[in-house]
Amino acid sequence: MSTDPDIAAILGFMPPFAETMGITVDHLRNGLPVMAFDYGPHVMGRPGFLHGGAMSGLMEIAAIAALRVTVAAEEPAVRIKPVNITISFMRGGREARTYALGEVTRIGRRVANVEAKAWQDDPAKPIATIFMNFLLSSPRPA
Amino acid sequence: MPSREPDSPQTGGGFDPSAFEGILSKLGHGGHLGMRYRAHGIGWVEMELPYSDRLVGDVESGILASGPIISLMDNATSLSVWTAIGEFRPQVTLDLRVDYMRPATPGKTVIGRGECYKVTRSMAFVRGIAHDGDPDDPVAHVAGTFIRVDNFLG
Repeated sequence: MSTDPDIAAILGFMPPFAETMGITVDHLRNGLPVMAFDYGPHVMGRPGFLHGGAMSGLMEIAAIAALRVTVAAEEPAVRIKPVNITISFMRGGREARTYALGEVTRIGRRVANVEAKAWQDDPAKPIATIFMNFLLSSPRPA
Repeated sequence: MPSREPDSPQTGGGFDPSAFEGILSKLGHGGHLGMRYRAHGIGWVEMELPYSDRLVGDVESGILASGPIISLMDNATSLSVWTAIGEFRPQVTLDLRVDYMRPATPGKTVIGRGECYKVTRSMAFVRGIAHDGDPDDPVAHVAGTFIRVDNFLG
């Protein structure tokens, strides 16, 4: 990859759901966006802890963003469709800002395998990870 | 498959998720998404997520994002454990897998039905589907496990 993507461009393809969750691009790491949200009632599960679904939503957005950025470098018009997601919860998320970063493991002709992890204070201590499979398709009619 | 069954002292054992409704619909992540209690019985709970522009994942099509479906199914399966054992016991989600079978139809409420099919001392095994009106044409299928903070049985 030659140039880092513009953060504004990444925010440009964030869906309304990301805004509803207060998800923003915190910074770029090796050209990929580190997404984040602050703790608040909108992401609270049991009192004092992050909701598992909220963490999952953040990681899923990070995975999609990482894939979009990676794909955009080669085939900007390709469509991506999530097929499934597997989430592992490792630690309870506390009342703190939460970060997530996606990583594209492989892009094939039809399928992309993407991982993401979420953390709070220390990136080396993830609170949760996801694996996702995406179907890739060309926007051109067959 | 009946999606609504009358609540009675027999359904749901000693745990009543409808009592959670007031909390769920006002506080926290579920309330923020507009999630509501729908129905329950022993070992199963249905929650629903009314369609909202705020939850859209693709502006062009108006299709809901997949994130809210995860949250819906996390809540429905989590509550189903307590209706299976008949009481509230603290637990955490160990893992959850969601297969997205088709996009939810824009404008339609998504219903999440979670079932707890096995409980051991430490673990609860759950599965469920999300659909938007026809349980035989699901939007998503989930499978997951919860681990109890202490023990589920005994």
